[in-house]
Amino acid sequence: MAVDTTGQSVAKAAGDTVARGRSRGTGKRRSTRKRSFATHWYAWAMVAPVVVVIGVIIGYPLVRGIYLSFTDANERNVARSIGVNQIPATYEFVGVDNYVDALTGSQFLGTLVWTVVWTVACVSITFALGLGLANLLNRRIAGRSVYRTLLILPWAVPGFVSVFAWRFLFDERRGLLNEILTGGGLSAVPWLNDPTVAKLAVIAVNVWLGVPFMMVALLGGLQSIPGELYEAAEMDGANAWQRFRNITMPGLSSVSTTVILLSTIWTFNMFPVIFLLTRGGPGEATQILVTQAYKFSFEISPRDFAQSSTWGVLILVLLMVFAAIYRRVLRKQGEVW
Amino acid sequence: MTTTTPTPQALNAPLRGRRSPLASAGLHLTLIVTSVIAVFPVLWVLLTSLKPAKYASTTDFVKETTFENYTNLLKDTPFLTWFGNSLLVAGLTTLIGVFISATTGYAVSRFRFPGKRGLMWTLLITQMFPVAVLIVPIYNIMSSMGLLNQPAGLVITYLTIAVPFCAWMMKGFFDTIPREIDESGYVDGLTPFGTFWRLILPLAKPGIAVTAFYSFITAWGEVAYASAFMVGDENLTLAGGLQKFVNQYGAQWGPMSAASVLIAIPAALVFLFVQRHLVTGMSAGAVKG
Repeated sequence: MAVDTTGQSVAKAAGDTVARGRSRGTGKRRSTRKRSFATHWYAWAMVAPVVVVIGVIIGYPLVRGIYLSFTDANERNVARSIGVNQIPATYEFVGVDNYVDALTGSQFLGTLVWTVVWTVACVSITFALGLGLANLLNRRIAGRSVYRTLLILPWAVPGFVSVFAWRFLFDERRGLLNEILTGGGLSAVPWLNDPTVAKLAVIAVNVWLGVPFMMVALLGGLQSIPGELYEAAEMDGANAWQRFRNITMPGLSSVSTTVILLSTIWTFNMFPVIFLLTRGGPGEATQILVTQAYKFSFEISPRDFAQSSTWGVLILVLLMVFAAIYRRVLRKQGEVW
Repeated sequence: MTTTTPTPQALNAPLRGRRSPLASAGLHLTLIVTSVIAVFPVLWVLLTSLKPAKYASTTDFVKETTFENYTNLLKDTPFLTWFGNSLLVAGLTTLIGVFISATTGYAVSRFRFPGKRGLMWTLLITQMFPVAVLIVPIYNIMSSMGLLNQPAGLVITYLTIAVPFCAWMMKGFFDTIPREIDESGYVDGLTPFGTFWRLILPLAKPGIAVTAFYSFITAWGEVAYASAFMVGDENLTLAGGLQKFVNQYGAQWGPMSAASVLIAIPAALVFLFVQRHLVTGMSAGAVKG
């Protein structure tokens, strides 16, 4: 789970260089390689299955996806077989045209703005709620394990089942939420059919799905903070807020940086919630980058593989830039809040 | 409640943990409200599935309790086949995923070897890949390897989703196990594999529980790859099957809610099985950066 945050990886990097430097210093290249194999073969053997699977199933598709983003490939010109006839691919290399189109057109940028709003809203609300609930659960309270089990439940239920449950509740004509509203004399809300309400609804559902993970991770972090620190602070007369600010927050910084980074990446690419709840609708109101990219290659006709790959590569670049900046900022601040 | 049981708290935490009754009530109230929000959507589906289909969208909590939704589901659709397919795929993913992420996590935690840093970064970056870029090329690979419509194809794909995260988590967990234990293993003449298998793995049970839970849930609930790779009634997994079922029945909530309940049960069982370890496992994995 732990994402390698700053300090430690620097130490590791230094260690690696030292190790490599030493082996490079001794003897000829070939014997170095042999020696290297003799010392490291068990480590390599242990990671080999993962490397092979990732290399074949992620590495090749990635290279292929990047290549397609520089072509005009779509359903009509890729290699395909109709019956026994093999039709060779006829798509052409078009350079960076796709990227120029995406970055100068309004569709990509518009979707990007909503994707960023969605990510920031989901991650910040989820984190705040997760932190609050973890704090509530991290004290002596009757029925603590019952509360914890109930609160983790949304995580245990498969995503498509809970999204279905929410669609059922949100149903405009016969869903429970509107039944209650109309029963109380209010007018029904078009939960998934009004652009603004639908945006709030998808955020709410994603927060509901995401809180358990946050809560469990932060609860683990809280439990690892030594109780003596709090006792000492109380002896010194620190009030509850000061204790939270100066003990809890720094104590959680390592786990928080990890879960925030991970959940930002996951939320940015949160395909199932949007896809199953609204299919990006009404119109394109709730379409995030990844669902739109999926739509390009599976739902429109002709299926536009080049466009889809272009968006996919842009998503990847954005996330990598984000991760790099995030790490750098944390390092500058000395990894504190 | 503080007033009724002051003694143990006074003993264990002289200052902290002493709450006014009002604060206690507020605490319980907040937790109850959030628990209800967490549980209600799922509970509502369960209640709906027990009503006759024609009353599915009524607001009564219980109405003419019946199992007809379930019997119809099992009788009229290949639900059990889909269920078996899903179980097979998720089970294999969990088994293989836990094993290879444990070995990888152990190697990364204990050994310094060329390529280690690159591997760690790759595992992190893998999380960023959107389904949309990968799905078409993976589809092509699977079809050229003849793995389309085969459980093996899905298992391999799910491993690429589950393993990077699990390997990170296992690495964090192994970091918390003292190295002295490994060293004692070497002293007693165990190979690195023997040390890993006989000494470290048994100590890592909480980490394994979390990893297993994550792999199972990932595979059990995945939709995009499952609906793209599997076609034909008898090969579908539940995710794909339920999609089909939505079209077939239109907006009929009754049978769908029954299907949802049956789908949620195995996940809930796995969850109950591991939840004891969940907090310990995650904390060890997450806190050690």
